[in-house]
Amino acid sequence: MLLLFLFNIVPMYGILIAFKDFIPSKGIWNSPWVGLQYFDFMMQLPDVWLVTKNTIIIAGLKILLGFPVPIIVALLLNEIGRSWFKRTVQTIVYLPNFLSWVILSGLILDVFAVNGGLVNSFLKFFSIEPIYFLGDNTYFRSIIISTDIWKNFGWGTVIYMAALTSIDPSLYESAIMDGASRWKQTLHITIPGIVPIIMLTAILSMGNILNAGFDQIFNLYNPLVMKTGDIIDTYVYRVAFNDANWSLSTMVGLIKSVVNSLLIVTGYWMAYKWTDYRVF
Amino acid sequence: MRKWDQTWGFRVFAIGNYLFLTAIALLCLLPLLNVLSVSLSSSYAANANLVKLWPVDFTLKSYQLIFSRKEIHDAFVISIERTVLGVLLNNILTVFMAYPLSKSGLRFRGRNIYMWTIIFVMLFNGGLVPTYILVKDLHLINTIWSLILPGAVPIFSVILMMNFFKQLPNEIEEAAFIDGASYWKSLLYVIIPLSMPVIATVTLFHFVAHWNDWFSGLLYMNDLKNYPLQTTLQTVLKGADIKSLEDAKNYSDVSSRTLRSAQIFVTTLPILILYPFLQKYFTKGIVLGSVKG
Repeated sequence: MLLLFLFNIVPMYGILIAFKDFIPSKGIWNSPWVGLQYFDFMMQLPDVWLVTKNTIIIAGLKILLGFPVPIIVALLLNEIGRSWFKRTVQTIVYLPNFLSWVILSGLILDVFAVNGGLVNSFLKFFSIEPIYFLGDNTYFRSIIISTDIWKNFGWGTVIYMAALTSIDPSLYESAIMDGASRWKQTLHITIPGIVPIIMLTAILSMGNILNAGFDQIFNLYNPLVMKTGDIIDTYVYRVAFNDANWSLSTMVGLIKSVVNSLLIVTGYWMAYKWTDYRVF
Repeated sequence: MRKWDQTWGFRVFAIGNYLFLTAIALLCLLPLLNVLSVSLSSSYAANANLVKLWPVDFTLKSYQLIFSRKEIHDAFVISIERTVLGVLLNNILTVFMAYPLSKSGLRFRGRNIYMWTIIFVMLFNGGLVPTYILVKDLHLINTIWSLILPGAVPIFSVILMMNFFKQLPNEIEEAAFIDGASYWKSLLYVIIPLSMPVIATVTLFHFVAHWNDWFSGLLYMNDLKNYPLQTTLQTVLKGADIKSLEDAKNYSDVSSRTLRSAQIFVTTLPILILYPFLQKYFTKGIVLGSVKG
């Protein structure tokens, strides 16, 4: 019976994994070998360094600045006694997470629009000249980073809230017996209680340093902000589908993929080493 | 009431905390409300920037216009078709893949090979162009399958479900085996009914992923009439693309502002309707996925 089961399953994921991955040899089979030519070519392209720099800056800042926000919100929510308020806030901040970047970029384009966008109406109230946020190299990255944090902090908050509920309540009781204030309790019980999950999130987010968010940037950028907003993924897309330089695009994508995998493996290895977290 | 609840310091903190959290919640809600109001206002009011958080000159015109348009109607149908088919396939394959993998290496020889394949595939993928070429070579371009098949096995869900299967008590299945059940029977009548929470969770993951995906539509469909809803919306938004500063200034003057807002809202709607259920299960799913030994 086990054998039968095996034979039913094996071909199935054989095929499906191939869909995901083992493709590179297929259509390329008949094309001539060029060796590392495209690699050398890539290394000489100034654009490649620019997009790499942009990618690392945007992704790095997203990770760095986005990291504390959900922790702080979760801790503050934890101090709230009324559960309906807690639930409502949690539900609302979690909402943007479910919307695609297409929808959100529509929203963002509208909110930051030069004429009549919410932000510029607000600035006008203080008689500040309208600013074209999404077309200005000085603001573009800030918008990308802040909207990304805005979209994602709800998700993190839910994770930390879950971690908070798993702290043993008797710890608080004994702390109260010892006369610890609310602040002291937070400092000595709550925060140490979620440190493992904080560590874990930190380590695992390392693997994202080359992912600055294709969906988001592709939908928000425009030729005016290429200098600060173009990232590896959008570059790969443009080189492939606008310039039709498939080999170059694949090479850039491949390098990114390799570096990314290494980062993720290192991240998981560190997570296993320090926090004993295992996926498998 | 505990003692420190009475101190002034705490009260100030509590009030500040409520205010701060309310502000944060509003920050997440207001942009959506603004777009909704714009979509429900007359185009005159929208263009004159009179609309803030409440519709001005309430009208449903833009919605009527949107639903009377054939391409949006078609896109809606494609999106639904794709989501239903995709979620179904995702779920079936996830279960079929997670079940054998949840068995130990003794029961399922070759488990490690599959496991490593999965990990490898998860970490490392061929990239945009090779994937595109494959889909093209398989003649999937312009068919709904190009939207479904490349992501048919969601690895994250497989791992989530595998871990869930693993922590089910072994004895239940053993009892089924003693009663003469095969692996298939045990999976169908014992394991799956016990796994409804995790199945509900991954179903929602898959639903959101399929509904929100716009990129594969853009990539694999050559014809506008084959676009799913998100891709249609994307082209509409990008259609007002900004090539120069002059365009940028004009961008928000376009009289289609209400239309655009209405379309954003129509695309969001299914998620908003399902959101109450989504939220509950996602919270569960995240806990399942992250806080495990």
